[in-house]
Amino acid sequence: MSNEATIHQHDVHTHDDHSHDDHSHHEHAHHEHKQHFLTKYVFSQDHKIISRQFLITGIFWAIIGGLMSVFFRLQLGFPEETFKVLSTFLGDWAPNGKMDPEMYYGLITIHGTVLVFFVLTAGLSGTFSNFLIPLQIGARDMASPFLNMLSYWFFAVAGIIMFVSLFTSTGPASGGWTTYPPLSALKEASMGSGIGMDLWLASMSLFVISSLLGGLNYIVTILNMRTKGMSMTRMPLTIWAFLFTAVLGVLSFPVLLSACVLLIFDRHMGTSFYLSEIYIAGKALPNVGGSPILYQHLFWFLGHPEVYIIMLPAMGMASEILSTHSRKPIFGYMAMVLSLIGITVLAFLVWAHHMFVTGMSPFLGGIFVLLTLLIAIPSAVKVFNWLTTIFRGNIRFTVPMLFALGFVSLFISGGLTGLFLGNSALDIHLHDTYFVVAHFHIVMGISAFFGMFAGVYHWFPKMYGRFMNNTLGYIHFFITFAGSYVIFWPMHYEGLAGMPRRYYDFTNWESFKQFADLNQMISIAAIIVFFAQLLFVFNYFVSIWKGKKVTTQNPWNANSLEWTTPILPGHGNWDGPIPEVHRWAYDYRDNGEGGDFIPQNVPLRDGEESH
Amino acid sequence: MSGLLLVLLVALIFVVLYQVARSSEMVARIQGEEIFDKKRNKILAFSMLVVYAAFMVGIYYCHQYMMPLMAPEAASDHGQSYDFMFEITCYVTGAIFMLTQFLLFWFSYKYQRSGDRAPYYFAHSTKLELVWTTIPAIAMAVLVAIGLKSWFAMTDMAPKGAMQIEIVGKQFNWISRYPGPDGVLGKRYFTNINDKDNLLGLDWKDQKNMDDIIVPNGELRLVKGKPVELIIGSRDVIHDVGLTHFRMKMDAVPGITTRIWFTPIITTREMQEKTGNPNFVYELSCDQMCGKGHYSMRAVVIVETQAEHDIWLKKQQSYYAQNHPEVNPPAAESTSAPVDTTKKITMK
Repeated sequence: MSNEATIHQHDVHTHDDHSHDDHSHHEHAHHEHKQHFLTKYVFSQDHKIISRQFLITGIFWAIIGGLMSVFFRLQLGFPEETFKVLSTFLGDWAPNGKMDPEMYYGLITIHGTVLVFFVLTAGLSGTFSNFLIPLQIGARDMASPFLNMLSYWFFAVAGIIMFVSLFTSTGPASGGWTTYPPLSALKEASMGSGIGMDLWLASMSLFVISSLLGGLNYIVTILNMRTKGMSMTRMPLTIWAFLFTAVLGVLSFPVLLSACVLLIFDRHMGTSFYLSEIYIAGKALPNVGGSPILYQHLFWFLGHPEVYIIMLPAMGMASEILSTHSRKPIFGYMAMVLSLIGITVLAFLVWAHHMFVTGMSPFLGGIFVLLTLLIAIPSAVKVFNWLTTIFRGNIRFTVPMLFALGFVSLFISGGLTGLFLGNSALDIHLHDTYFVVAHFHIVMGISAFFGMFAGVYHWFPKMYGRFMNNTLGYIHFFITFAGSYVIFWPMHYEGLAGMPRRYYDFTNWESFKQFADLNQMISIAAIIVFFAQLLFVFNYFVSIWKGKKVTTQNPWNANSLEWTTPILPGHGNWDGPIPEVHRWAYDYRDNGEGGDFIPQNVPLRDGEESH
Repeated sequence: MSGLLLVLLVALIFVVLYQVARSSEMVARIQGEEIFDKKRNKILAFSMLVVYAAFMVGIYYCHQYMMPLMAPEAASDHGQSYDFMFEITCYVTGAIFMLTQFLLFWFSYKYQRSGDRAPYYFAHSTKLELVWTTIPAIAMAVLVAIGLKSWFAMTDMAPKGAMQIEIVGKQFNWISRYPGPDGVLGKRYFTNINDKDNLLGLDWKDQKNMDDIIVPNGELRLVKGKPVELIIGSRDVIHDVGLTHFRMKMDAVPGITTRIWFTPIITTREMQEKTGNPNFVYELSCDQMCGKGHYSMRAVVIVETQAEHDIWLKKQQSYYAQNHPEVNPPAAESTSAPVDTTKKITMK
């Protein structure tokens, strides 16, 4: 679908009929078009509004998920103490301030689910794919603004269902975010496997739909709606990253849906996809012949690509931000694209490395070791390219730049521990210990968050026409960066000592009780870091109305197309025609007039060759 | 009340921070944005060095603090080779970590914005890119080779003559079964299970079950120097046999039998002496989320000498006999048993 068609079909006000026609209808552009509050801010089809909806919903869920981690860290750090705040929030689940184990497991489950899916998938790629794809490729909106709107609302409903599940009498799903059957399939097995689990499955199914609607839209938009001159190899790396994120999601999320559907069958219709030879609650179940391992295969077929669905947008944005604020082109653009392709392909071939200890065929395990460690190569290429990008640059330590640098540091730290876990012979001891917790929190939790923060600070001026407060941003960065390492670095050691994850209490274990002081310290650090994130939330919302106003069109002196739009672009993005692109997105060099950058829409000078 | 105060306190801190932040922007405006920015950029560039130094010192102290708390040396032959492989991987990743983190922070500091230096337009270098594609590829090949060698060795069939013990998980404890004098574990099926007199659902038509010994608290008694194969099962949901000290782990999956084997090389008593901790005990932890009591699903592993093991074994009554005293009175203790054990020991 062409840009003009999109806009017209949905009766959005556009200001030019022929995007690449120099003749624009300016008198038309200033025509005031009153939109109802509902269609403008709630059921909006403007990709920029939808992206803000994704972001703010993501922030909401991040606070909920973060608060949950504060609660269970209280339990882990202070297993002997009682806390009134727990009874205040959890009610009967924490009588006299002591958390019930069922609720502990509910909290870790929902914390994981919410942060992985609602915050780091919807909140990250939902926000920035929506915001940046049309703006950076030069499109008026998404290919289908209507589906785009639906994508958000499916996500919102999924969120509401998940939220409701917190208030059921048997509590939310509590089998861990992976919800392995039979634990999650049998009501008898745990309280969380009651109605809470049904709501979890319903919520995830809707989330899959949301993600598919969004993903298909992103792919179609990127492939079909680039402005004139925006060849694939001139696209900013952000767009490449969003493209592969969407491809990963579209190909793997349906598999999660099938896993959910089969689990619903097993729970309610007496099928035996995942159940076999079970004796529980005093009786033998009739189910024979199923395999719980099947669920794990289906789950991780999404579950592993999911990690890259989270990581790729962060990588793309970090690339863009490192380059812009170093005033240097990204190093090895094609290598970056190829490594994204490599990661995308390999992401589908490594899922079983989460299952080395399930008793699967050792030969198969060997193949997955090989494929898993292959991912280290494109990842290493990316790290070295980022380092070379800042090498001999002219670095401006803006808040987004600091977060992008922090992203690289965390990605290195968390990525390297993947070499331990991906190697089955080492995984067999580290599996399901705090080593894993440390690894994935650093590499896809915190570092993806750093990519997201970098993105928010960087594109906030485009979203709201104001800056976020710098000083608060710096405080936010330093506390979060230091805090993340303080929280997660020692966990590697705990895991190496065999300390299992998802334990409510370690005091009765001769092998793990020596970490009590350390757990306490980690909990305190986690609480401080949580409050530092509220500082960000505070900064975000206050800055929407009170932040320093953006006075120039291109405050970061960046090359990509979003900075050629008005300071606060309306629906349709450009008042005049969509700019034509003449060069790649990373021409950070002398423009011959004293400037150190040449935006993509600047025509080539005489005798200049395009990159 | 105290909760409300806490909320107010946090809100107050935020407001104060925000005012400080606003005023710093005022200062910027008064000083001139450009001069202020320049100054701030310098400070932040320097802070990169400070952060790096703090990072490295932190890692050092963390290591110093943690090492005395770590698990003692591996108590199985497999675990020993595990620790060796872990060390190699540590060196490889540690070297990359040190190099890349150093470059990241050093470049950040070194190439801070300055008015008199133009950034170097450096977009591409095939040579460099080949170098840092090849080097990780070689490093990975080495790690994969070492890993797979060790992986296939440990997942290979258990050696002949290995002791077999079955360990079965249920919510929320472990049950272990020893084959008894005939050395063979009899058949069992889940429909035979009942919590009163047939915990594991042994099939009483199978004669091989008659001498099997069941320990309902899941205690594992292993013999130093003798390979042991664990036959792992589950009655209800997925559990996981986690043997930290032996660097071993395997899921217990309902409907599927899984196995691991290893050779314990240090007895519990020897380990108590080595660690200087008289309470030291090998523990079996459930490492797969299994419900409310997951964190308390513990069993004790005892590594002893063959002689000690035989004495223990002799005292055990078969599960069948325990539950059917009227049918099968406790077998008279065979006087020849001690002779047998010495034979076994000498044969070894």
